[in-house]
Amino acid sequence: MSGLTQAPPGSGSNSWSRRVSDLLYNRPLLLLALLLGPPLLWMVVIYIGSLFALLIQSFFHLDGFTGQVVREFSLATYRDLFTVAHMRILGRTAGMAAAVTMAAAVLAFPLAFFITRYASYRLKAILYLAVLLPLWSSYIIRVYSWKLILSKEGIISWVIGKLGLTAVLNWILDLPVIGGPSLSVSSLGLFLVFLYIWLPYMVLPIISALERVPRSLIEASGDLGARMGQTFRHVILPLAFPGVVAGSIFTFSLTLGDYIIPSVIGDSSPFIGLAVYSYQGTSGNIPLAAAFTVMPMAIMGVYLLAARKLGAFDAL
Amino acid sequence: MRSKVSQPSWYLTAATIGVLLFLHIPFAIVMLYAFTTDEAAFTFPPPGLTTRWFQIAWNRSDLWTALGLSVRVASTATAVALVLGTLAAAAVYRSRFFGREMISFLLVLPIALPGIVTGIALRSALGLMEFGFSFWTIVIGHATFCVVVVYNNVLARFRRTGRSMIEASMDLGADGLQTFRYVVLPNIATALLAGGMLAFALSFDEVIVTTFTAGQQSTLPIWIFSQLTRPRDRPVTNVVAFLVVTITAIPILYAHYLTQDSGEIGSAGE
Amino acid sequence: MMSQIAIEFREVSRHFGPVKAVDRVSLAIHDGEFFTLLGPSGSGKTTCLRMIAGFEQPTAGEIFLFGQEVTYLPPYQRDVNTVFQDYALFPHMTVGENIAYGLMIKHVPRAERERRVAEMLDLVRLPGLEKRKPSQLSGGQRQRVALARALVNQPRVLLLDEPLGALDLKLRQEMQIELKAIQHEVGITFIFVTHDQEEALTMSDRIAIFNQGNVEQIGSPAELYERPQTHFVASFVGTSNIIGGELARQLVGEVRPFSVRPEKIRMVERDAPVPAGMIALDGQVHDVVYLGMHTRFTVQTAGRESFTVVEQNLDRTLADIHGQEMRGRPVRLIWPEGANNWLREEGR
Repeated sequence: MSGLTQAPPGSGSNSWSRRVSDLLYNRPLLLLALLLGPPLLWMVVIYIGSLFALLIQSFFHLDGFTGQVVREFSLATYRDLFTVAHMRILGRTAGMAAAVTMAAAVLAFPLAFFITRYASYRLKAILYLAVLLPLWSSYIIRVYSWKLILSKEGIISWVIGKLGLTAVLNWILDLPVIGGPSLSVSSLGLFLVFLYIWLPYMVLPIISALERVPRSLIEASGDLGARMGQTFRHVILPLAFPGVVAGSIFTFSLTLGDYIIPSVIGDSSPFIGLAVYSYQGTSGNIPLAAAFTVMPMAIMGVYLLAARKLGAFDAL
Repeated sequence: MRSKVSQPSWYLTAATIGVLLFLHIPFAIVMLYAFTTDEAAFTFPPPGLTTRWFQIAWNRSDLWTALGLSVRVASTATAVALVLGTLAAAAVYRSRFFGREMISFLLVLPIALPGIVTGIALRSALGLMEFGFSFWTIVIGHATFCVVVVYNNVLARFRRTGRSMIEASMDLGADGLQTFRYVVLPNIATALLAGGMLAFALSFDEVIVTTFTAGQQSTLPIWIFSQLTRPRDRPVTNVVAFLVVTITAIPILYAHYLTQDSGEIGSAGE
Repeated sequence: MMSQIAIEFREVSRHFGPVKAVDRVSLAIHDGEFFTLLGPSGSGKTTCLRMIAGFEQPTAGEIFLFGQEVTYLPPYQRDVNTVFQDYALFPHMTVGENIAYGLMIKHVPRAERERRVAEMLDLVRLPGLEKRKPSQLSGGQRQRVALARALVNQPRVLLLDEPLGALDLKLRQEMQIELKAIQHEVGITFIFVTHDQEEALTMSDRIAIFNQGNVEQIGSPAELYERPQTHFVASFVGTSNIIGGELARQLVGEVRPFSVRPEKIRMVERDAPVPAGMIALDGQVHDVVYLGMHTRFTVQTAGRESFTVVEQNLDRTLADIHGQEMRGRPVRLIWPEGANNWLREEGR
C-alpha cells in the first residue's frame, strides 16, 4: 500500500537522490533557503511588490487637461482625496463596517456558545459544518440569493404581507438613513446582506476562543456560588473577548473593502470599494484610486495593532 | 466526562436556531428559484415549477466558456498554491528562524486585507509593467490568496505529526528524498487534498480580485456578477446559482471530512 | 578484558548559543556493553544520544563508531538504530511494514523481508501481528514494535531514548528484564538514556552520570553506588549523607568532604559504647517514615545537620511501629570508618 511492496531498482549505488540528501544534510540553511525561497519570492515580489507599486502610484497625479497620469512625485492626489465628499464616503463605509461587526458579534455569540457548551459531540460536528459551509460557499451566489430575498415581489415582502405588517415595513423604509424605496435598495437591506455574508467569519474565532475556556473554570465559578448569568458575564465573556476581536478583524476588513455587495444591493450611494472601482475603471484615475485604498489599509493597520494588544491573534 | 450537561435556556436555543436559519434559508431560496416558471421577476412563492431552464442553460455556450475558464484558473492556481504552501509550511515547521511569524502574517495578508486592495494593487502593478491581462494574470492573483489555505492545512498536519517520525525514517537508512516519499508525503496527503480542495473552491468563487486582473475574459463568478448588475437571463442565472451551490458543497464537505478530527479547516479561512 | 570500542567521544561539545548542552565530553563505550546515560532532564544525555544517531552535530569534537569517524555523517549512513521515546511508528503503515521499512530502503528482497520481520516479531514476543496498524496496539506493544523495527537492521549499536518512560510501573519492570534478555540474545551494544537511577542500576553494565552538560563519573552500578566521586553522583544515585567542613574535621580529623550511605549507619542509644573503628555522632530523631521494607529516620545533630538513616524492618512488629514514639528521641549514630567515601572537593 505504502510503496513497501515495490522497492525501486537501481538500488544502493549512491543515486542522485542520496547525493542531494548528503549535500543538504549538513547545510540546513541551504535547505531552508530552498524551501522558503519560492513562496517568499512569490509573496514578496508579486504581492508586497504590488502593494508597494500601489503606494507609489498614489503619489502620482492625473493631469486635468490631458487625462493622463503624470508619473512624478506629488501630493496632489492626496489633496484631492481629502475632500468633504470623500470623507463622507469613508465615514459611511466605516460606519457600515462597524454596524455589521457589532451585529455579527451579537448574532455569533449565542450560536458559538451553544456549539461549544451544549451540543453533543455529534451535534457539534454538524453545527460546526453548518457554519463552515456558508463560509466556504460561493460568495457571489450568496449575494445573489439576497437579490432574490429582498426583491419587491420576494419572500420577505410576501411574509410581511401575510402577517399584515406591510405598513410597518413601509414605515421603516420611510426612515431616513436606513430606508429607501424598497428593501433591496435601502441601507437596511445592504446591512442585512453584509451581515449575512460575513457572519461565519465571526462565529469561528469565537468558537475557538470559547473552546479554550476550560470547563473546570466554569465549574469553579459555579462552585464559588456564581449563577449562570454571573459566570457568563464575569468568566466566559472576558475570556471569549479575544475571539470577538479576532472575528471583528474579518467582518470589519471585509466590509470595508467590498464593492460587489454595494453595487448589487442598496441605493448606490458610494462606498470605498465602489469609489475605488469607478476611479480606476471609468475615470482612469489610478492615482486617486490608489490613494483611496491606502485609507482602508491604514484603518486596518491601526485595527490590527489594537487587536494585537487585546490578544486577538491567539484566537485566530 | 460529560456526565451532567446542563440544558440550554429556551432563548439560547431559539437564538441558535434563528441564526442557523438566517445562514441557511438563502441557500434554500436559491434552490427553489432554479425551478420557478417566472422569468421576469423574483416572485415568491413561484407561480409554477419547471425544469426547462436547466435545458436552456445547458445549451448556452457563454456559460460553458466561463465555466471552462474558471476550472482552468482554479486548477492552475491550486497547483501553484499547493507547491508554494507546502514549501512554506515545511520551512516554518522544520526550522526556527528569525521572522517565522512574519511568514504566516505575509501569507494571510491577501485574504485579511480587503479584496479590493489586493485587486487594485495587482492591477496597478501589472499596469505599471505594461503586462497584458490574460489567463495568467488571473492565476497569479488567485494563487496569491490561495497559498495560505494550503499552508495552514499542511502546517497543522505537520505539527500533529511527530518530528521524531522523520528522524526515525532517516535512522532506518532512508535519505531525505526517500523520507519525503515514504513518510512525509503519505502523512500529509489528506491535508494536501483538503487544502487543495479549499483553495480550488476559493479560487473558483472569487470575484473581487478577478474583476481587476481578468481583462476581457469572464470566469463563472464574473458572469454571475454581470447578471446581478444587468439582469438579462434571470432564469438561467437561477440555474447557475443552483449548480454552483450544489457543486461547491462537495469539495467543502469532503475537505471537512478529511480534516474533521483536527479542526484544520476551521482556521483555514482565517 | 580488552573488548573493541564501539563508540568514542573525544572532547565533544554541543552549544546552542550560550547554552552548553554538552560540554567537552569524552567517553568510550565497549562493544557488547549495556551502557546507560543517566542524568536529570537537561543534563545533556539525550543530546549525546542524538549526536551518536546523527540527528544533531557537535559544535566541537569528534565521534567515532568502531574506529571510524562519523561526526558529521547523516543518520542514514550510520550503522546504529534508535528506539524513540514516543516510538515514532509510522501511522500509515502496518506493523509489518514498519518493521520492514529499513530493509525496504536497502532493497532486501521481499521474501527475505517477510521472513526477518516474522523473526523479529518472535523475538519481541508479538508473533503474527504484521497486519495490525500501530494505532491498534497498546503502549507496551508499540514499544516492542519500535524495538523490532530497529533491531531488524542488525545495527552494531542500538540507541534507546527513554524507551520505558511512557509505560506504567509493572510493564516497565517487565520490559527492563526483557530488554536485558534481548540484548543478551542479539549481543550488540545498547546505549540507554534514562533519568531513572533505579532503572539504570538494574539494567546497565556501566553508567555515565550526566550533569549540566558534563559527565560526572563513569562506572559500574556498584562502583557508582559504593564509590561516588562527586557530590552530585553521591546524591543523584541513591541517597547519601554528605559531610564536610567543620563536622568532617570533628569526625575524621580533616576538612575533606565524604559521603555515607544511610543504610551503613546504625542508630543506638545515646549511652551505648562506641566500638573501635567506628565513627559516632549524637543527634535527635526528627522524622520517621515507615516504608514497608524499611523505615527511614531523619536525625538532626547538635550542629543542625540532617542525617538520613535507613533501618530494615527485620524485627520490628506492628506494635513496635505503632507503640514506640521515636520522634524527639535522643540517639547516637555509628558507622564503620570503612563506610566513608571520599568525594572530590568542589566549590560548593
